[in-house]
Formats: sequence, structure tokens, C-alpha cells
Amino acid sequence: MSALPRPQPALSVTVLAVPGIHCAGCIGKIERGLAAEPGVAEARVNFTARMVTVAHAPEIDARALVAALARLGVEAQPRRDEAARRYSAARPLLGPLAVAGFAAMNVMLLSVSVWSGAEGSTRDLFHWISALIAVPAILYAGRPFFHSAWSALRHGRTNMDVPISIGVTVATGLSLYETIRGGEHAWFDGALMLLAFLLAGRVLDALMRDRARSGVDALLAQAASGAMVLREDGALAWCDAAALWPGMVMRVAAGERLAADGEIVVGASRFDQSLLTGESAPVAAGPGAAVLAGTLNLDAPVDVRVSHAGRDTTLAEIARLMEASTQNRSRYVRIADRAARYYAPAVHTLAALAVAGWLLAGAGLYQALVIGVAVLIITCPCALGLAVPVAQVVASGSLMRAGIMVKDGSALERLAAVDRALLDKTGTLTLGRPLPDAEALGALPPEKAALALALASHSRHPLSRALADALAAAGHRPARIEDVAERPGFGIFATWNGAQVALRRPESPSGGMAAALEVAGRPTRLIPFADRLRPDAAEALTALRRLGVESSILSGDNPAAVAAVAHQIGLTAQAAADPAAKQALIERVRGSGRKVLMVGDGLNDGPALAAADASIAPGGASEVSAQAADFVFVGDSLLALPRAVRAARATMRVVRQNFALAIGYNVLAVPLALAGMVTPLVAAAAMSASSLIVVANSLRLARAAR
Amino acid sequence: MTGLAILIPIALLLGLAGLAAFFWAMRDGQFDDPDGAAARILIEDEE
Repeated sequence: MSALPRPQPALSVTVLAVPGIHCAGCIGKIERGLAAEPGVAEARVNFTARMVTVAHAPEIDARALVAALARLGVEAQPRRDEAARRYSAARPLLGPLAVAGFAAMNVMLLSVSVWSGAEGSTRDLFHWISALIAVPAILYAGRPFFHSAWSALRHGRTNMDVPISIGVTVATGLSLYETIRGGEHAWFDGALMLLAFLLAGRVLDALMRDRARSGVDALLAQAASGAMVLREDGALAWCDAAALWPGMVMRVAAGERLAADGEIVVGASRFDQSLLTGESAPVAAGPGAAVLAGTLNLDAPVDVRVSHAGRDTTLAEIARLMEASTQNRSRYVRIADRAARYYAPAVHTLAALAVAGWLLAGAGLYQALVIGVAVLIITCPCALGLAVPVAQVVASGSLMRAGIMVKDGSALERLAAVDRALLDKTGTLTLGRPLPDAEALGALPPEKAALALALASHSRHPLSRALADALAAAGHRPARIEDVAERPGFGIFATWNGAQVALRRPESPSGGMAAALEVAGRPTRLIPFADRLRPDAAEALTALRRLGVESSILSGDNPAAVAAVAHQIGLTAQAAADPAAKQALIERVRGSGRKVLMVGDGLNDGPALAAADASIAPGGASEVSAQAADFVFVGDSLLALPRAVRAARATMRVVRQNFALAIGYNVLAVPLALAGMVTPLVAAAAMSASSLIVVANSLRLARAAR
Repeated sequence: MTGLAILIPIALLLGLAGLAAFFWAMRDGQFDDPDGAAARILIEDEE
């Protein structure tokens, strides 16, 4: 790596999201390209988080950096919470895991010599060294468990951490007593190994959540986060969404999303409100008309006077609805904790009964207590602690490779139980963006197609871009055109082989969206545009039905548009539902005892996504929806839905098998412990064997998402 | 048995050195970008 110029103290730092990078070449291109820009001191890519951190002179702003990256061919967006260090769930557990692993290995080494027959003062010495390593290590590495167990007990509840904490504490206490007494058995190795195994499970669980969160972060960073504001002196300046105030005038180019609610001052255009209301037909608006934040400007640049910004917008109203509905989620009890409800009292009663039984049988108090402790140690839920997280981590890794991001483990548990699916229409069942009619494109002669591609590639208008993408994908090359001029709101005009050509808005509006390809002296060709069903939509719904999940449409769009789609894929539908109505319907279905899966992308789906038992959003979803959903899938295919449900059910099957294995191990080991035949050697062997079996069984899920 | 008096401290010291190295690596941000570290080895340094 070449030496980079030292950052001077006056440099400012900007973090940009670069969701599109995928290889080492991209890293090199971005870092070298940015460093070559004037005023940029250093650029460092974080490939895992898909971000680039740039140290640069203060006079350069984020917009200039985004433009520089665009020249390099990299799409980038400024991040809103630039300096904020992302919270990591795994990081605080790495230290305890390292300490527990280190201590367990060293103590185990000493224990092996004790087991192989060290006697007298040597054994005492080894026990003392073990104690010196183990006690501080257990105090440090056990903190996550002690903490969680204590807060559960304080609220009168119990969780998996309670039996773990009691087992570890009691084993350590007894071992210390034995060491001081010069006794035969110390259990330090068992207690440390238990902590190391359990922490490994926790770290895996946390890593999964971290990875999913950074994936979702990268998607969210693509949302519009500001606007070009027309200042009083006539200059244009970029303004962050948070800094927009009522009264400001923002200039919104065609193809941009509005950052705030407002009223059009200059210009007229059509707006795609599908993200906000689910309505698919574009709405025309002229001077004086109100337009909403989150809508997409389709046709021409307009100046909009901000009327509401930030917390006062329509968006904020939806956010308030969502807050009310997240309670369902927090009331859900994870399967491991449900198991702990029965498990913890059972093993504690068993240990108490063992002590009482041996006392009644005439054993001394000390011997009875040692046997009670052996029962506690042998039943310590090592395999149970690994049973759930390992299975979920392996399954979500498999889902992630298939393009489905899992927000956390409990989402897999909730999704497995789903038997009813409600799907939004615009953007969920359909792609949510206008695509050129395939038949019309196929009917274009190659030279016309090349001309259309050349014209379309000169515009950022959504229709032009969709047309250019489709033609380029079909293998066409752009024709040579000259004198290109784009007239916002009308189209692109140029000359081609001496003839006037244009790709423009049709003169006579004919219902749906369309673009007209004109060549002087020839008949005009009309290319209709429409929102298409996602590929495999019908197939995906059939697969869901086969899984026992009944689907229907729940849309905010007008009844006619919804009926057309419903007819096409054979589902029942409810149309014209506003966010509150969607939420209410979900509550009603849940009330009838069904487990509801909500699939949606729009802002209007946010409350419904939060209220459902489980929720999935497509990758192009609005920020609110991607945050509210449990799963986010990238790619166009709806087959992600049955795939996620299948993987979730396979995960729960493996989790139940793991529970059975762990309980089976207890059934074998507990009688030994009750009979007083468990030595530290037996405990260590049994614990590692059962953990390995559970991990191996979970690894079968590596192909769960196929 | 006298060998133990030397070997056990050495073993513990080496283990502790490993643990300290891990903690240093964690503080230093060596685990911030595991995927990037794997990819960077493929970047060619033409300059």
C-alpha cells in the first residue's frame, strides 16, 4: 500500500455509502480515484459496511464527493448520521469470549494432568493455578450472563441465563472450597468451557444481527435526504432534509424524490405517489397544488415552497401509527426463553431433591451438596444455549447468500408460524416502476431501437432510463445522433442522419404512460409504459399456498388497478386501504387466531409491517418499511417469500431436534449425577460431546434457503 | 517436577501474550472490515 499524505488537523471527514461495490477492483478504483481529486487527503473503503470514509479539505462538500465518485462510475450517497459510530452487538462479547477461551484452554491443560493421576501437592498446586486463572476469567467472561439473569430475576421472570448463572456460580464456589480444602475434584474447567461455548453461540447470534443491519443500512442510505434550495439571491444550494424549513423554495428535478411537503410555485409536472399511498397512476400537479414528501417527480423540474418539514409531514403521521403497533413484537417470547420457563424450575427442583434424597439416605451434608452441585453442572444448558442461536445463524447465513436479509433470530421463529399472507400491490407484487411494453420494443426495427436508445440515454427522466436499460439489455447499441437537447417536460430532441428526431411525451395523453419516438417525415411510434408484475409472482404465490399460507392483496391503490392485478394472479383483494385501515385489518386477522405475514414496501405499509407477526419488504422499499420489516429481500423475484418461509420452518425443525438432543443428553447424564458418579472428567466430556452434536445438526441448515 | 516451575509460567505468559494481542487487535479496529481485508490482497499497486 502506498504511503498516503498525512491528514492535516484542519481536514473534515465525510462518510459516504457506496452500496454497489462488490470486488477488490472497486476498492482500488475508489481509493485511488478519490485520492487523486484535488482537496482530498485520504479515502478508505470499508467493504463490509459498503462505506467510504473520506478525509478532505473543509471547502469540499459531500455533493462534490458524490459527483467525483459518479465520474469514477460508482454510485454513492451521503450518509445522514455521518460521524455516528454504528452500534455493534457482537463487539462487547468478543472480549469475554477471548478471555473464556484462553482460560478454558489453560485450565483444561492443567486438568488433564490431574485426571491422568497427579497426586498430593502437585494436584493442589494445579488446582491453585487453575483457580487463579479461572476466578477472574469467570467474573469477567460471565458478566453478560449474570447481568441478564439478574435483570430477569429482578422483574420476577426467568430466562436461559438464570440456570447458566447459577450453574457457573455454584461450580466455581464448590471448586474454590475444594481447592482450599485440598480436595480431589475441581470443576473450573467445566465452568469455563461452558462459558466459552455459550459465548460463542451469543457472538454468532450478534454477528448475524450486525451483518443484517449493515445490509439494511446500505439500502436505507439510498433514500433522498435533502433538496436543492433556491436561495433569495437566486443561487442554488444543497440543503439537508433536517435543515429544511417551511417557506424555503426547493427545486426538484425530474426523477428526484421530494424531501418535504409543499406547494408548487413554478412549473407543472406529474408525481408518482405510490410509495406514500400505494396509488399507481401518476398525479398531475400545477402551480398552487400541494405535493407530498416521498413522492417522485416524473416529468419536469418544479419549484416547491416547503409547507411542512421534518416532524410535521405526512410521513411523521405514519411514524406515529407505527409506534403504537410495535408492541406485538416486544410481547413475543423467544423459543429459548419459553423453554427456560420449564427447564430452569425443573433442574433446580431436581438438584434440591437430589440433596434431600441423599440426606435421607444417610449421606453426610457435604456429600449430598456435592451431588446436588454435580446435578446443577451436568444440567447446565450448554447444548440448549447453542441449540437456538447456531441453527438461526446458519439459516440466516444461507438466506443472506440467497439475497434475503434477516434482521434477528426471533424473526425466523415468528415467520415459521405464519399461515396467512397479506401483500401490498404497488412495488411488492409489481416492480413499482414503469417499464416499457416488451411487445412494442420487439416491434421496433433495429435502427429505430438504436435511435431510441441514443435519445433515451441522454435523459435522467425515469421513463428514459427504463427505456435505455431495456434496450441496452436487449443488446442494442446507441445510434450516432447530433445536436441533442433535452426540453424538460417535453422530451429529447436531436438530429439523426440529417433528420429531426425526438423522444417525447405523446401529444394526445392516452390514459397510461407512454413515450413517442418521432422521426421527421415518418409515422410516430408509441411505446407504452406500465408497472409490471414481478417475475415469478404467480409461481411464488402457488408455492406459498402449498406451504399452507393463504395470500391476499391489501393495497392503497384504487379498486380498478387492484382488481386488474388480483384477477391476473387469482387472489382476493382489498383496495383503497389507508395505513390505519391496513393496520386494523391485520389486527382483525390476528384476532381470529391466524399468524399474519405482511409484505409491503411503501411508507403506507409501515404500520401494517410493524403490526403483523412477521414482515418482509423488498429491497427497493421506503426507509420506513425497510426498518419496520423483519426481512428485506434484494432482487426482483418474489420467490424470496416461499424461500424465506421454507427456511424459517426448516430452522424451527432443527431447533426442536436440538432441544430433543440436549434433553436426551440430560436423560442419560442426570441419573449418573444423581448416583454421585459424575466426576469433572465425565462432565467435561459430556458437555463437549453434546455441544458438538448440536452444532453439527445445525450445520445441516447451510443449504436451507435453496 | 522442577521443570513445571519453569514451563507453567512460560505457558501462561505465552497465552497471555496471545490474549493481549487479540485485545490490541480489537481496539485497533482490525475486525472492522473483515471482508475488505480479504479483498484488498487482490488490489494491484501499479504506482
